[in-house]
Amino acid sequence: MHSEFEAVIGLEVHCQLSTQSKIFCGCSTRLYGLSAENEMMTDVSVNTNTCPVCAGHPGTLPVLNKKVVEYAIRAGLATHSTIQLKNVFARKNYFYPDLPKGYQISQYDQPICQNGWLIIDTQNGPKKIRIDRIHMEEDAGKNVHVSGFSLVNLNRAGVPLIEIVSAPDMRTPEEAGAYLRALYAIVTYLGICDGNLQEGNFRCDANVSVMPKGSTQLGTRAEIKNVNSFRFIEKAIEYEISRQIEVVKSGKKVVQETRMYDSSRNVTLSMRSKEEAHDYRYFPDPDLIPVKVDPAWIQEIQGTLPELPEQKKNRYMSELALSAEDAGVVTNSKRMATFFERTVAELVQAGADQRAVAKPAANWITGEVARLCNEENIDIDQVRISPKHIADIVLLTRNQVISSTGAKQAIAVAWKTGTPIEEIIEKEGLKQVSDLSALEPILQKVIADFPAQVAEFKAGKEKVLGFLVGQIMKQTGGKANPSLLQDLLKKKLI
Amino acid sequence: MFNKIREIHDAFDRKTLSSEELTHSYLSAIRSSQHNAYLTVCEEEALAQARAADLRIAKEGKVPRTTAPLLGIPLGIKDIFTIDGIRTTCASKMLDQYVPPYTATCVSRLESAGAVILGKTNMDEFAMGGSNENSAYGPVKHPTHSERVPGGSSGGSGTAVGAHLCVAALGTDTGGSIRLPASYCGIIGIKPTYGRVSRYGLVAFASSLDQAGPMTHSVEDAAILLDVMSGHDPLDSTSSFQPVTRCFEATQQQPNWSRLRIGVPKEYMIGGLAPDVESSIQASLKWFESQGAKLVPISLPHTQYSVAVYYIIAVSEASSNLARFDGVRFGTRPSHFQNDLLSFYKKVRSGFGPEVKRRIILGTFSLSAGYAEAYYQRACQVRRLIRQDFEQAFRDVDFIAGAVSPTTAFKLGEKSSDPLQMYLNDIFTIPANLAGLPAMSVPCGKDREGLPIGLHLIAPWFAEENLVGVASAFEKARG
Repeated sequence: MHSEFEAVIGLEVHCQLSTQSKIFCGCSTRLYGLSAENEMMTDVSVNTNTCPVCAGHPGTLPVLNKKVVEYAIRAGLATHSTIQLKNVFARKNYFYPDLPKGYQISQYDQPICQNGWLIIDTQNGPKKIRIDRIHMEEDAGKNVHVSGFSLVNLNRAGVPLIEIVSAPDMRTPEEAGAYLRALYAIVTYLGICDGNLQEGNFRCDANVSVMPKGSTQLGTRAEIKNVNSFRFIEKAIEYEISRQIEVVKSGKKVVQETRMYDSSRNVTLSMRSKEEAHDYRYFPDPDLIPVKVDPAWIQEIQGTLPELPEQKKNRYMSELALSAEDAGVVTNSKRMATFFERTVAELVQAGADQRAVAKPAANWITGEVARLCNEENIDIDQVRISPKHIADIVLLTRNQVISSTGAKQAIAVAWKTGTPIEEIIEKEGLKQVSDLSALEPILQKVIADFPAQVAEFKAGKEKVLGFLVGQIMKQTGGKANPSLLQDLLKKKLI
Repeated sequence: MFNKIREIHDAFDRKTLSSEELTHSYLSAIRSSQHNAYLTVCEEEALAQARAADLRIAKEGKVPRTTAPLLGIPLGIKDIFTIDGIRTTCASKMLDQYVPPYTATCVSRLESAGAVILGKTNMDEFAMGGSNENSAYGPVKHPTHSERVPGGSSGGSGTAVGAHLCVAALGTDTGGSIRLPASYCGIIGIKPTYGRVSRYGLVAFASSLDQAGPMTHSVEDAAILLDVMSGHDPLDSTSSFQPVTRCFEATQQQPNWSRLRIGVPKEYMIGGLAPDVESSIQASLKWFESQGAKLVPISLPHTQYSVAVYYIIAVSEASSNLARFDGVRFGTRPSHFQNDLLSFYKKVRSGFGPEVKRRIILGTFSLSAGYAEAYYQRACQVRRLIRQDFEQAFRDVDFIAGAVSPTTAFKLGEKSSDPLQMYLNDIFTIPANLAGLPAMSVPCGKDREGLPIGLHLIAPWFAEENLVGVASAFEKARG
């Protein structure tokens, strides 16, 4: 589209760690939970998960939560990073009402992980994206603005985060999206992040610049802040690239600045320029001693790493004969992969050959089931429909007991009710009609009704066959077995 | 009038005195005192603690000195330590109304040992100063010379002990803030090894330098307090895992004089010492020599940089530590509504006193992009050299001795117009903070005007026991 320009994209991801307690005190990290009254998920009452430490009371001191270090090491190992045996917390100084101490405890020049990478799938095949660093830090609180007042909720203050900073290795919005999905899959597989995008568990800043194609001189970058959806980050980057290209083309210079993305208008807007940028005055936090990591501990953590998306994908390709694409989609989320594996296990138990049934199982899950999940904004491990349902669907379509149309209808019912598939088929009358005597009169009628199409077919236009099959399906309410119909029609007309 | 915990406990044991009586007498002395040593007096709480102590003594028959070494002993606490439910101001208008919801570890350890807390003592605002003239609640007067300063920043504690407004007090020392007032007020002051006493609940001035310590009439009392306060605290990551000190025991034994080597740094004896101070220190050194100790001339070559290094590192850390006083959660808010955040901050941050503002600005500058390398980072490098000076010196000597301050207590207002002159006053005390070493002030004489002079003893890391052993022997012979 803009062939004379090339974009350079680097991403900074803030990932909220799913530890029980905060990074520097014993307070709970829970920000929302089941309400006792109405069993709805609601926010924890404001400023209840706080203590003198995370509220920044004068005289208090931080004490590092070891679990946070463990989770950061897990992230580091899963992204092939070097774990720094000595790493240091630093203070990032700035004033903002949601920051109770007037500084954020973060890591600066000595982060816990460095020099990692991960592989993403692109149109041109796999691509390695380098990860410069992963560091640990505390989250700030949250400002709430109500009718002329600004209030501060510190429940989030001190919740542990890791920031994962990529090298500027991405060139298109799609690559950025693929990187984010791959990283998201890794942290959720590791069990170090709940991955709730709406709650901001996994949010992203994008550094974007453009340069003439083939140039090695990077352009001036703009940073797009705090986007928490994969789709929006791609759109924001896409917009930003075009904006910068327009700027350059019109002979002006791109300004180094921080921008925000307005998803309702699909534009990025300037927040502050470099001149207004903060000087964070980083220095090592004298309240915390350097973190010393024992190599034996790293080994121990390495031993507990689960099968990661990339490994799972490869295994599905070799063991289950899935295509790279199918394996990629089904392993994108750990929950989906788990659902898929249980479905295959059901099928194997029913005597099916796993290499034969894995593909239809994957397709039903990533297709129909994922679609319904997205529609209702719900996770696959929280739905009524079970791996057993999908296994039955696979078997029954394979044995031509139901058509794919019937299967979709059965899934829709199971989604709502959780009723076993066999029962649904019975009740809804979804069984395919394979009985020749029942089909014969309809077949005759369609041939009589569409003489022109019959003639075309006879003249060698094979495509028309689909039309005729469709007409018969219509008359049977979708219950006829389409491949059987094709055979019958061919026999009759040739 | 009692000077020692041991004497008070003896009186408790003999039932000639109760903690409640003693507490009452201190409370009334505080009420009639003109020293301005206390910012908050906790009458009711103190009397309740005293009555509880008396009950315990009655129940046990006598003071359980090993399990409750401070039972019924009235103390003053520098107003930089938090006590749950008691106003903690740091002598700043910024914290005028601040009531902390938790108690500092070292204070709760004193309370567990049976102490009675009389109140919170005056100080320089956020411990920034050497004369106690920087308090937002007015200066503290010297215990015996009311026209003079008690030294700072723990001047309220120094005067409270010196003027018998408590048995002993808690101070903090970032660049000399325990030792300087101890020296000026003629009492004992110990700055322990960095990490020896938990900083949890000590409102931070410069986190890598701050250390809490006792201020008392006798070395023995200082030892008792230190033994109670010291030891690892899981709430302070920088607190040491070294076992609790056994300083009290050390004060009961004679040092092995013939094996002692006392280092006398040539950098500490150069001109600038007031003549009476110099002769008093020389006489003290001679006394050590007469006991059989060996005086060893040493050199601490980077001493000349210590004031500069200190005033970069301390102010850099302070600029960050004091950021939380922004008017949102802590710090006094403007009375009028400010319609944007920047003018809100401007208004709030103008509530600091001039010395605190000066240091915040200096520290902000030292850490700024483009300057941090030349100032903060450079200062950290030189700090390591200063530490190495001491590592080198302590291969050859067991202690380092000198003066705490070049002069005795100066007059109120005498130096307040010249901050640099005031900073130079810390020249002998600062190196121990930069290196994290234990150090103390022991009275060693008086000048021609009757003002106390303090002998400065610096020991190797975690050698508090040897330090108080020597100081105790010196005190007994010279006091």
